[in-house]
Amino acid sequence: MALKLNLHTQPDVPLEADCISPDKMQSLSKHEIEQLIIFHGNRQVPLKDFFECSGEFDGEINIDGDLSRIKHIGAAMSFGKITISGSVGIHTGAAMTGGEIIVEGDASDWLGPEMYGGKITVKGNAGHMVGSGYRGSTIGMQGGEIIVHGNVKNETGHVMRRGLIVVGGNSGDFTGVNMVAGTIIVLGEMGIRTGAGMKRGSIVCQTKSELLPTFTHSCDYQPLFLQHYFKYLKSIGLAINDSLFNGSFERWCGDSVELNRGEILLYAGK
Amino acid sequence: MSAAMRIVNGKVYDPANNIDGEIKDICIKDGKIVDSVDDDAIVINAQGMVIMPGGVDIHCHIAGPKVNAARKLQPEDHRHDVHPGTPFTRSGTGGTVPSTFATGYRYATLGYTTAMEAAVTPIGARHTLEEFHDTPVIDKGFYVLLGENIFLQNLLREKRMEEFDQAVAWWVNATKAYTVKLVNPGGDEPWKGKKNSNVSDIDEKTDEGLSPREIIEAFIVSVNKQGFPHPPHIHCNNLGHSGNYKTTLETMKTAGDMRAHIAHIQFHSYGGELGKNPVSKAAEIVEYVDNHPNITCDVGQVMFGKSTIMTADAPLAYVLKGHTKGKWVNADTECESGCGIVPFQYQEHVYMHTLQWAIGLEIFLLSKDPWRVILSTDHPNGGSFMNYPKLIKLLMDKSFRHEEMKRVNQKALANCSLRDLEREFTLNEIAIITRAGPARALGLSNKGHLGNGADADITIYDEMEDKEMMFNAPRYVIKSGHAIIDNHEFKTDFIGKLLHISPEYDKKIEEVVQPFFESYYSIEFSNYAVDDSYLHDHEIIQTGNAKA
Repeated sequence: MALKLNLHTQPDVPLEADCISPDKMQSLSKHEIEQLIIFHGNRQVPLKDFFECSGEFDGEINIDGDLSRIKHIGAAMSFGKITISGSVGIHTGAAMTGGEIIVEGDASDWLGPEMYGGKITVKGNAGHMVGSGYRGSTIGMQGGEIIVHGNVKNETGHVMRRGLIVVGGNSGDFTGVNMVAGTIIVLGEMGIRTGAGMKRGSIVCQTKSELLPTFTHSCDYQPLFLQHYFKYLKSIGLAINDSLFNGSFERWCGDSVELNRGEILLYAGK
Repeated sequence: MSAAMRIVNGKVYDPANNIDGEIKDICIKDGKIVDSVDDDAIVINAQGMVIMPGGVDIHCHIAGPKVNAARKLQPEDHRHDVHPGTPFTRSGTGGTVPSTFATGYRYATLGYTTAMEAAVTPIGARHTLEEFHDTPVIDKGFYVLLGENIFLQNLLREKRMEEFDQAVAWWVNATKAYTVKLVNPGGDEPWKGKKNSNVSDIDEKTDEGLSPREIIEAFIVSVNKQGFPHPPHIHCNNLGHSGNYKTTLETMKTAGDMRAHIAHIQFHSYGGELGKNPVSKAAEIVEYVDNHPNITCDVGQVMFGKSTIMTADAPLAYVLKGHTKGKWVNADTECESGCGIVPFQYQEHVYMHTLQWAIGLEIFLLSKDPWRVILSTDHPNGGSFMNYPKLIKLLMDKSFRHEEMKRVNQKALANCSLRDLEREFTLNEIAIITRAGPARALGLSNKGHLGNGADADITIYDEMEDKEMMFNAPRYVIKSGHAIIDNHEFKTDFIGKLLHISPEYDKKIEEVVQPFFESYYSIEFSNYAVDDSYLHDHEIIQTGNAKA
């Protein structure tokens, strides 16, 4: 039986709750879990002041309620599973190294920043800076997967180095800005300045997009590796058009202000 | 007022007073070491422990505008290394460039009680003093950058040497500095004026008509004449370039028999051809230093891992930025200096980095006079000062050193003699290179020893086989008679004092300097000099005919 947390009181200022993580809750009794410390503004309060606990931790945590003002859920987690029935606040899954987070609603900004491994699935939309590096960091996401079924805002995959980010809807501006390596797949439309300053890595989009002048058209081709990605994405419930499997992609190289070893693949039709 | 204290049963290492591991009582009263104290004094039983004077860091970068720029440049370092507060101490952030409070506390946790900031522009002196006031526990001072000062260079070019001496003394007074610092003399101005240019030879004339040698010689003569307790602190030309050992030797020869201190000499001990991989010339450099008692140096050991290059040598920072291809800072400091900051990573597999690591160790191990070859990592350039315990273990434990050698670039090791060096430093020698030596080189007669009248800056370590562990966690740290760390825990806070000099000068020089300010500075002359309200607790170290 999974541990269940239910938000019984909406906080008037955001809560910082990095204790909501399998790593922090394993081998604790219900009473000990209730006494875990969270930050309410600059005050430290026990978890039970805002969450009602039931069940027992068996590697899985289910959280009910609107968590859009709860920050750092699953931060630095390395195993287990967190399921959130509603929306969730910023820094969810920050620097996580393993395990899985499933968000049935929307996620706010900074989803999975600087994560090393594991998987985050968001059924709704996500905010800015998905899988990015924190300000000042030269390396962002270093592994794992972030799957967002809806839209995301700006700077998705900023300075990411490894891993996969998939956006089922549209992405905002600066998708893959300064990315070092890794893969971003956008099934909707992308905003402007995609891949600005990217060194390596792949950004794949199902629709045409206006690119920076520092990207040059290399060729049109049918990348075999994308078929594996699309097959996988279809299997996890994303709407993949069958024409993508055998379609042709424009390959754009860039960013020439950097190493020029990155690529943006835009679907060119059959 | 600190309580009287008697430390008993400890093994004392006090090389300045020829005490090498002797069991001896140390008595403290009113912040000083005394012969005896009353029977009701607090007793610390140091059975099984080693007692040394508090550590003295002769060359580090811990405060001022450039240090702050490096802090702002690397927020990621702070997130990953939070320094929590205690009931007695304040919180902060760490990384290679810790916040002010964390800097003081972290030095204390290594047993260091004095540190000298090695490069401050005159215009940055006020900022530096403000940060010093927030850097707890340690006593501190700074060296003021005057080598690239356009006004002083103008006086030199016009051979107005009497006014030059007066102006140097005025600037040291105006900034409350400890001595003068020269960085790549003659290099920054061409760099600022002409794209990518630098001086490459000590006798190369710049567009201003001066060679680095003329600048170096003028400062050495002036500072020695005025009897500053510490001679000019010189960062030679061509730092990091293959073949630069010749420049370093020439710089030391320029001093003749006058006192000079060569900073981070490891970075200046490379043979080979410019543009190609260097080879070690540590033996040649050490031989010169050994045979010339007027020369002191600190090593500037490179330690593998994260560092932050932080220098007034702006063209050097530009070169390094080309290697890292990451974020960096380059700045012009009015008519006074340049500045470059580059986050850096020394890696074992890289030829250059391994050679730098090995040359530093060679210099330590080949040196015959540890009093003049002082331990430093040029914090944070060669690595954080938090690496000192590991560096001490590398010097004291040859089997550990040989184990470490297996992990580094073997091609680089083949181009130096480190594999053949079997020497192991003794605790007495460690006390010299970390305490007595730097204190003597700085002319600090009350520091670096445990004789009567010395400042009661004392570190007590548990004697352990693993020297890294031993020097990483002193059991007691006493600063000016206050037990700051007691049984491994902070028990009180303490703001150390500023150490500076106040050489005499003729007030008429202000009339000569002032017009220059009105023409070229962004700051009014009357607002430039730092007033005494910035000094807080301070001690003026006497100038005069300091010993060679």
